[in-house]
Amino acid sequence: MNMIVCIKQVIDPEAPPASFKIDPSSNKVVPPAGVSPIIDPYAEYAVEAALKLKDALGGKITAISLGTNQLRDIAKKPLAMGADELILLEDESFDEGDSWSTAYALAMSIKKLGDYDIIFCGREASDWNAGQVGSGIAELLGLPSVTLAKKIDITDGKARVERVTDEGYEVIELSLPALITVSNEIGEPRYPTIKGIMAAKKKEAVIWKPADIGVEVSQLGAAGRHTKLLKLFQPVREGKCEIVEGESPEEAAANLALKLREAKIL
Amino acid sequence: MAEYKGVMIFGEATEGKLASIATELLGCGRKLADDLGQELSAVLVGSGISNLAQEAIAFGADKAYVVDDPLLKDYQTDSYVSVMEKVVGQVMPQVLLLGQTSIGRDLAPRLAFKLNTAASLGCLELAIDPESKLLLQTKPVYGGNAQAVFVCASYPQIATVRAKAMAPLEPDKSRKGEVITIDAGLDPSAIRTKVLEKVAEKVEGIRLEDAEVIVSGGRGIGSVEGFQQLEELARMLKGAVGATRPPCDNEWVPAGAQIGLTGKIVAPDLYIAVALSGSSQHMSGCSGSKTIVAINKDPEANIFREARFGVVGDWKKALPTFTEKLKELLAG
Ligand SMILES: Cc1cc2nc3c(=O)[nH]c(=O)nc-3n(C[C@H](O)[C@H](O)[C@H](O)COP(=O)(O)OP(=O)(O)OC[C@H]3O[C@@H](n4cnc5c(N)ncnc54)[C@H](O)[C@@H]3O)c2cc1C
Ligand SMILES: Nc1ncnc2c1ncn2[C@@H]1O[C@H](COP(=O)(O)O)[C@@H](O)[C@H]1O
Repeated sequence: MNMIVCIKQVIDPEAPPASFKIDPSSNKVVPPAGVSPIIDPYAEYAVEAALKLKDALGGKITAISLGTNQLRDIAKKPLAMGADELILLEDESFDEGDSWSTAYALAMSIKKLGDYDIIFCGREASDWNAGQVGSGIAELLGLPSVTLAKKIDITDGKARVERVTDEGYEVIELSLPALITVSNEIGEPRYPTIKGIMAAKKKEAVIWKPADIGVEVSQLGAAGRHTKLLKLFQPVREGKCEIVEGESPEEAAANLALKLREAKIL
Repeated sequence: MAEYKGVMIFGEATEGKLASIATELLGCGRKLADDLGQELSAVLVGSGISNLAQEAIAFGADKAYVVDDPLLKDYQTDSYVSVMEKVVGQVMPQVLLLGQTSIGRDLAPRLAFKLNTAASLGCLELAIDPESKLLLQTKPVYGGNAQAVFVCASYPQIATVRAKAMAPLEPDKSRKGEVITIDAGLDPSAIRTKVLEKVAEKVEGIRLEDAEVIVSGGRGIGSVEGFQQLEELARMLKGAVGATRPPCDNEWVPAGAQIGLTGKIVAPDLYIAVALSGSSQHMSGCSGSKTIVAINKDPEANIFREARFGVVGDWKKALPTFTEKLKELLAG
């Protein structure tokens, strides 16, 4: 099984909401001080999905990540988890892309890699919550796709994918090669082992520039966008919380019940 | 050359009726169409769904396009993208709205790439820019920590809309509109997936989306047994039990109980948040609640920035008395 996983480096989405800041003059997020970026959590679930198949069937996993100034230690996490190769698309011309330019660059890199059975993406990245790059890659490469996967089995060269729906889930069969986006129901991503971390240290990431994937810079990053960001802002919360007091949590809780009754909320 | 014109909504159905998200899209689409001085149409795709056309018109559509074909019984990416490509090619709407559902999340981006345009997923607000006449697409980003306004200069401008973000119009059965049938024209061999099975998770009692009271638990609940205590309270208040992601991942509750960015969107009158920190990703699924009440042992927890009333303390101590006291008050 030849697998490709697309991963992205993002600001830690679990950083305290109070530390979240925007620079309104540039419409950009100010990375919180002292909080290290991480691999986009859903992409990590995608890595886990690939590793599960590798465990069962063997094969090779190539991770691809697009972005500038990616921290190497963090970019290498998929390797430490058990992936085999890492490709970094790193160039200024990839900067400030939207789903279009990102999916395009990734699709062209995957085309260059050529030999694959499954491409995995996360269902949506935690920064822009776009939820489109996976479907975009599939469309650009003309592949069948299943989104929101929670379980994947391969038999006789076909994939059976359980896809999360609003009502529950559905089971979809499709032939390979295909693109699959992964949801958290796939199961917690494994922790890198010491052995994995050591092996990852020794591996060098392969760096690709636009010329390496044979694309015009006019299709990439900010230049290749199909959407324009007009404004980025933090919604104001005017809410004030009244902490209901009491001698003990029990008493406070009883007082809370009284409060809700008085305020005619219940 | 033909011109792109009008607003179109993709109308999903549930149990033989227009889904609530479809009526919400019609409400929002009506306003956008009026602002543009253009028509609002609904496209209905499925098998045996022709009867929905009148309903769509009653909820505000000027035209209903019906694509009814047995091959469209189940949602499948290839067949629905192909049909929608055909419909968009024929009708040429400037704006196309879909619901942020498991269908819309899949269909909108794939269709956008196919049509060489772009989509914004999970919008909370949509408006027409008075000058450019483009669609201003406002959506939460960074897990709800921020919101972004996007525009897209290529047609159709595609957006998916979150449940409960828009209000439907009162249906008017006497409204007149045109119903147009479009042939699906599908080539079965071009559908590369097969739906083997559909599994509906059964919900006992009230659905989260319909509940007026929700008792929601987080990681701090710690077990299945813990959630039984939340259920007891929910039952007493004729409400439903929700959860953050960790309890779902740990299988203390079914996955369908998850509320948030990647779970359900709810807007009850009362949201009782127990032992959950109030992450932005969770709050983006419940911040529309009228009143939020929090029980958390950490006075610094973000949930206290969102709640109207709070108790600082161990839920194991606080919840039983809270439930008891409420029972007493509601009985008396
Ligand atoms: C792209 C993306 C999408 C996501 N989508 C969702 C989503 O849809 N829904 C969702 O919920 N999450 C989602 N998450 C996860 C989210 O970021 C948080 O990790 C999650 O919401 C945290 O859940 P929690 O509040 O239960 O846990 P924690 O943040 O760990 O909070 C537990 C809280 O319980 C309190 N506590 C512990 N013990 C007790 C006790 N005995 N008594 C009282 N209080 C106690 C603690 O003080 C703490 O505040 C998403 C994440 C990403 C990256
Ligand atoms: N810059 C990137 N580099 C590699 N993969 C990406 C990148 N952006 C998005 N992806 C992949 O696409 C998924 C969905 O991202 P998005 O469509 O941006 O929400 C992510 O979980 C990744 O798997």
